[in-house]
Amino acid sequence: MRRVYLDHAATTAVHPEVLEEMLPYLKEEFGNPSSIYSWGREAKAAVEKARARLAHLLGAHPAEIVFTSGGTESDNFALRGVAAANSQKGNHIITTKIEHHAVLHTAEQLEKEGFRVTYLPVDRDGLVRPEDLEEALTPDTVLVSIMFANNEIGTIEPIAELARIAKSKGVIFHTDAVQAVGNIPIDVKELNVDLLSLSGHKIYGPKGTGALYIRRGTRIEPLLLGGAQERKWRAGTENVPGIVGLGKAAELAEKELPQRMKHLTELRDLLINGVMERIDHVRLNGHRTQRLPGNASFCFEFVEGESLLLNLDLAGIAASSGSACTSGSLEPSHVLMALGIPPEVAHGSLRLTLGRDNTREDVEYVLSVLPDIVARLRAISPLAPGGVKEDV
Amino acid sequence: MAPKRVVVAMSGGVDSSVAAALLKEQGYDVIGITMQIWPKAQENPAEENPGGCCSLSAVEDARAVAYELGIPYYVVNFRETFEREVIDYFCHEYASGRTPNPCIVCNHRLKFAALLEKALALGADYVATGHYARVRYDKGRGRFLLLKGVDEHKDQSYALYGLTQYQLAHTLFPLGELTKDETRRIAARLGLPVAAKEDSQEICFVPDNDYRGFLRRHIPDKIRPGPFLDRTGRVLGMHKGLPFYTIGQRRGLGVAGRDRLYVTGLDPERNAVILGPSEDLYRTGLRAEAVNWVSIAPPVSPLAAAVKVRYNGPETPAEVVPAGENEVVVRFRQPVRAVAPGQAAVFYQKAEVLGGGVIASAGVT
Repeated sequence: MRRVYLDHAATTAVHPEVLEEMLPYLKEEFGNPSSIYSWGREAKAAVEKARARLAHLLGAHPAEIVFTSGGTESDNFALRGVAAANSQKGNHIITTKIEHHAVLHTAEQLEKEGFRVTYLPVDRDGLVRPEDLEEALTPDTVLVSIMFANNEIGTIEPIAELARIAKSKGVIFHTDAVQAVGNIPIDVKELNVDLLSLSGHKIYGPKGTGALYIRRGTRIEPLLLGGAQERKWRAGTENVPGIVGLGKAAELAEKELPQRMKHLTELRDLLINGVMERIDHVRLNGHRTQRLPGNASFCFEFVEGESLLLNLDLAGIAASSGSACTSGSLEPSHVLMALGIPPEVAHGSLRLTLGRDNTREDVEYVLSVLPDIVARLRAISPLAPGGVKEDV
Repeated sequence: MAPKRVVVAMSGGVDSSVAAALLKEQGYDVIGITMQIWPKAQENPAEENPGGCCSLSAVEDARAVAYELGIPYYVVNFRETFEREVIDYFCHEYASGRTPNPCIVCNHRLKFAALLEKALALGADYVATGHYARVRYDKGRGRFLLLKGVDEHKDQSYALYGLTQYQLAHTLFPLGELTKDETRRIAARLGLPVAAKEDSQEICFVPDNDYRGFLRRHIPDKIRPGPFLDRTGRVLGMHKGLPFYTIGQRRGLGVAGRDRLYVTGLDPERNAVILGPSEDLYRTGLRAEAVNWVSIAPPVSPLAAAVKVRYNGPETPAEVVPAGENEVVVRFRQPVRAVAPGQAAVFYQKAEVLGGGVIASAGVT
């Protein structure tokens, strides 16, 4: 059976060149970067090379990059670290209703610890309105955290404008760019953001790797305490092979970005147009053009999303309903709810996210099986127009 | 022609694991599904019910078996339906002074209803389970017949009498022709990771098999102390709440008397538990409602059948008399002990399940 992987927003395959660079650090180059002897120096040099590569991708200075265990840690670090370092100044945080749970659940925890959190709404396309941010800012606000691009619907937020608004009031601005890095150009200096989270395994790097960009001078405290690694910003012996892999993945992302964007955008539009043409009662979630190159997100009316996913799996296609982190939950996605989609429609959601290895044939295969699956599910749905439900 | 697709309800136990393995061997396109039904509170591994059929460790076992067999496997959430159809029923029946049989309701409303719907949505033709029972199509009658499993000790047809013709048409019981020993041998031969697992005996959603504690948590307002009465209405003591007693129960009554006393009746109107000697437990007949006819069309005249009034009970020869819409009166040839309203009365002719219903009342005629 043909197998097509269309869940690159969940995770990606390690790039062969990334693996190649990592291997020595899993074998002979096993040193601890903190050690003074040659093994240590080799490892330290490798970590710093990776830092320089990642900094270059983001337009940052290498000293502004702190390696972490991934996007979730980076988000926790940003929110908790800024909250702790600025609690004298104020206790108000602004974020949005469509953040990843790594941000939302951290914000909820900070609420329990005495912070006040404003969750900004979004419009039908998932865009945060700059005027809403402007209104929400108060003298007590210490942090604004708004995701760069949404993991479920792919909408890209106007980060430069939002950051400008926050910065004009002297408020620290964080963006969760886990889905954006490597998929669209990002320059932290141009964008004027203070903190930016990213993850290695979304950009063909290894799992368990990530980073937080911290603009020099940003008031933040570390999350993990212990040794002096990462200039005390993140204690714990460095994941050297992982960091090396992340560095290589960053270098490749920078080099391949223009062709990746072109390739993914073409496939995405082929997929979106094909689905909209061949299937009725379907809506595209997220902004039509201001969206990630590889993201296609739909709601099929009168279709139960879980059955859709299982049928696609049985046809060899890897897809997800929203985010991989919430699979197994029957609650409709908080992101789709924030767009104002009725719960019964949100239940029929499908996210297909393309990657560098996908081909036109992959998209055509999906377009050849999806309409039949949707038709079958609608045929047994009690809600579908003309659908019959057999009496059991 | 493409092989027929079947969804196997996998509980992580030996029976459903072997059912999946046999279907795979027979060339079916097999999908394993574990129905996630346990209430939210039990998700915490520390509170988990280790013996329950659908607990978290059961999911791990089922997943391991499916992986071993090389079949797709999913955990599907049926919590809401289970809560509504089975747990609410279970509590309501106890609160009304009846003795529920949640497995029967789960089969009829979950496994061969909600799960069947899911199976059809996945393009499957059948749902299969590890029940010891058989389905056969009879051309002459134009009906699907439900037959006992060939293993007399394991036969589970009693709990399946509620299945409709539509449900039976989409049902496979791969273990119906096997004995439990044969099933275990097959599991061992295939090297299934669950070959040596013990049978589960408990109500799967009741932690530690403590149904009284479960009811105390779920229907606290329905549990009120009341009187133990004898046949004549004399007060013998106080009981702890009607739902805690079942017809035929002798232990845990806390009433001192010259004779051995049994629960012989539950009277919700007076919130009374009726106690009496063993001979008071015998009934010569019963009335059953919500009757489902399985292997035969609804009869118009009385018929002879062997009737079972509980899962592990004996069969008693009886006359089954149609008495209005979906109701029958059963007259036993000899008195039957401990007939509990709420349990099922299932009518057999040899291996065939003719039908069955819920016991509404039992009497002496």
